[in-house]
Amino acid sequence: MTSALSITRSVAAPRAAFVDFPLGHTAGKPHRPELQRELMAEALAAFHELQSPAEIRFLSQRWSRDESWRQNPMANSASETERAGSDFRTPRRDTPQYQYSADRVEAENRHRSGGCGTCVGAE
Amino acid sequence: MSAIGERNEAGKPVDYIALTRATYDELGFPPYQWVENREPPPWAPVDVALEDASLCVIASGGIYRCGQRAFHHKDDASYRIIDTSTPPDELRVTHFAYDLKDAREDPNVVFPLEPLRKLVAEGCLGSLTSQAFTFMGGIYSARKVREELAPELVAQVRDQRADLALLVPV
Repeated sequence: MTSALSITRSVAAPRAAFVDFPLGHTAGKPHRPELQRELMAEALAAFHELQSPAEIRFLSQRWSRDESWRQNPMANSASETERAGSDFRTPRRDTPQYQYSADRVEAENRHRSGGCGTCVGAE
Repeated sequence: MSAIGERNEAGKPVDYIALTRATYDELGFPPYQWVENREPPPWAPVDVALEDASLCVIASGGIYRCGQRAFHHKDDASYRIIDTSTPPDELRVTHFAYDLKDAREDPNVVFPLEPLRKLVAEGCLGSLTSQAFTFMGGIYSARKVREELAPELVAQVRDQRADLALLVPV
């Protein structure tokens, strides 16, 4: 699956299903189970529909009638102070970046006696 | 290169390569080197019907499960093994390069386990492998991905005895 058509064309994935949604929504909109299901069903159908290498299936779902999201598709939630000028990304820190601080405590407790076996390459 | 189902009347797909190039220029960074594969990709025919197929999911949106170590954001080429029965409220998301708001609200938007489980329950898809694999795709070294991460993931998909692999990038 992909929401970045130019990048997928450049890497030439064997089969691709293009979802024309803003980045961060490759598999749909939050809490829209029916839309998510439809999107996955179309994407899976592409396994058989696509007949030649690097062919791309455009999925039929649209983000909205309003096309204005395309004007600023890389905007993100980085705060103004975290953002470096026009750079939309947050700084790339080299320590684990937990969603919640409680996750850190939970992970540290679980990893105290060594690797957990499911965090491969992180130990 | 061909495409099926392409619409003409709607807005044009966003060109992220051109956008990133413009951002890098503006910041005075050297141009980003995108992976460019000019040869036709390898092709494996799909000889199993969807309703009989076993599907393995690999997602690069930075998903981890509560209790696992979170990804860091500087070329982290590690990956996480996540049971496909994991409830959404145990999933977490971390990444530096996209807006995480909706993915944190509902992880299915970058890691579609619930809709896929539904398709299995309806009989449209045979099964999900018992485990899925996740990483944080903002890795700037294509070599690290090609030589380290990708071969490990391929071995994992083979171990799961999957008929199909579905990649869900961001």
